[in-house]
Amino acid sequence: MEPFSLSVKDLACRRGDRLLFRGLSFELKGGEALQIVGPNGTGKSSLLRIIAGLLRPLAGTVEMGCAVALLDDKLALDEHLPLGKAFEFWDRLDRGGYGPNNLGSRRLDTLAEVPVRFLSTGQRKRAAILLSNSRMAGLWLLDEPLNGLDAKAAADFQDYVGAYLAEGFMAIVASHQPFAAPGLRQLDLADYAP
Amino acid sequence: MRVVWALLRRDLAQMFGGGRRGGAVLPVLFFVATAMLFPFAVGPDPVLLAKAGGGIVWVAALLAAILPLDRLLAPDLEQGFFDQFAVRGIAEEAVVAVRLLAHWLSFGPPLMLAALPAAALLGLHADTLRTVEWGLLAGTPGLAAIGLMIAALTVSLRAGAALAGLLLIPLAVPLLIFGAGALSTGGASGLALTAAISLLLCAIAPFAGGAAIRAAREG
Repeated sequence: MEPFSLSVKDLACRRGDRLLFRGLSFELKGGEALQIVGPNGTGKSSLLRIIAGLLRPLAGTVEMGCAVALLDDKLALDEHLPLGKAFEFWDRLDRGGYGPNNLGSRRLDTLAEVPVRFLSTGQRKRAAILLSNSRMAGLWLLDEPLNGLDAKAAADFQDYVGAYLAEGFMAIVASHQPFAAPGLRQLDLADYAP
Repeated sequence: MRVVWALLRRDLAQMFGGGRRGGAVLPVLFFVATAMLFPFAVGPDPVLLAKAGGGIVWVAALLAAILPLDRLLAPDLEQGFFDQFAVRGIAEEAVVAVRLLAHWLSFGPPLMLAALPAAALLGLHADTLRTVEWGLLAGTPGLAAIGLMIAALTVSLRAGAALAGLLLIPLAVPLLIFGAGALSTGGASGLALTAAISLLLCAIAPFAGGAAIRAAREG
């Protein structure tokens, strides 16, 4: 398997009139993880969206040798459908990855008949986790991944990310909460504020 | 191809399954209701209605096209569908092109069917009805494309729904002129021009829509 890599050079981001950060560079190799910290509004989510290719940076480049997955606070499932049915769409799109076993891995299998709009915050988060990276992209961008998860689910998920990294994948976590993963480096966006 | 099929299946299920996009039924009922109002407003004069009826059907179709606009793209952008498509390498243009096809299927053919009772209500002649049906076949893809482009451009605006209606009316005027114009001249040239405008609009719509969605994400 080709080793995964990410190289971010001299990145700057502007939202509206405000320059959020500039001169941001880092590199990530397979098996490594990075936590982006910083107060609210310093551009953690924007940085992830730039790396995901959803936002254009003001300056700088992102070079990536792999596919990318994004977990954020949105859940791209049809609200009126039962959870299992709603996942069928992504199952067709991603060539599998959302069967009963996959749902079971996130403790969602008992909820397959429940319409998405009736799910709790934590259940929605677990569904979003499954949806974001069931296809095992090389780089997993996690925007506040522990929000809404209970203690057990949070511990499970951090273990899962650890195992994911051990297989040679990469992850970037944007969160001001502590996140436990082996070899997690920290990058404080406040250091790159203008 | 697998991606296109998966997208189309979801879009059609949402539009025909009475999903959150209001379904295909609502615009059709609105269309018939509008056509039904005219005899009440102008009086039951069969000569007058038969003369104006074709135009009335066209105006009703145009108004019905406004109805589904605010549900066409905005919910998908809000819920992050477009983000998840993008990180999977599925272009916005492809999603919009599939949505255009699904939107037309849920709106063009049902409207053509609904034109039959509407024509009966207005007492249209058989050959007028035939021209109207051909005109709708040629014109509704264009209406769908205009609607989709407007939905994409207003996707991030708060008052998007109201604005979409206002924007659609002037942009649909060329379709109306040639489509409804074919009724008075009785010629095929009007229909051909309507179809030409429709094809052009359908060709532009995926690219304009895709660019508008990317711009909305930046905003």
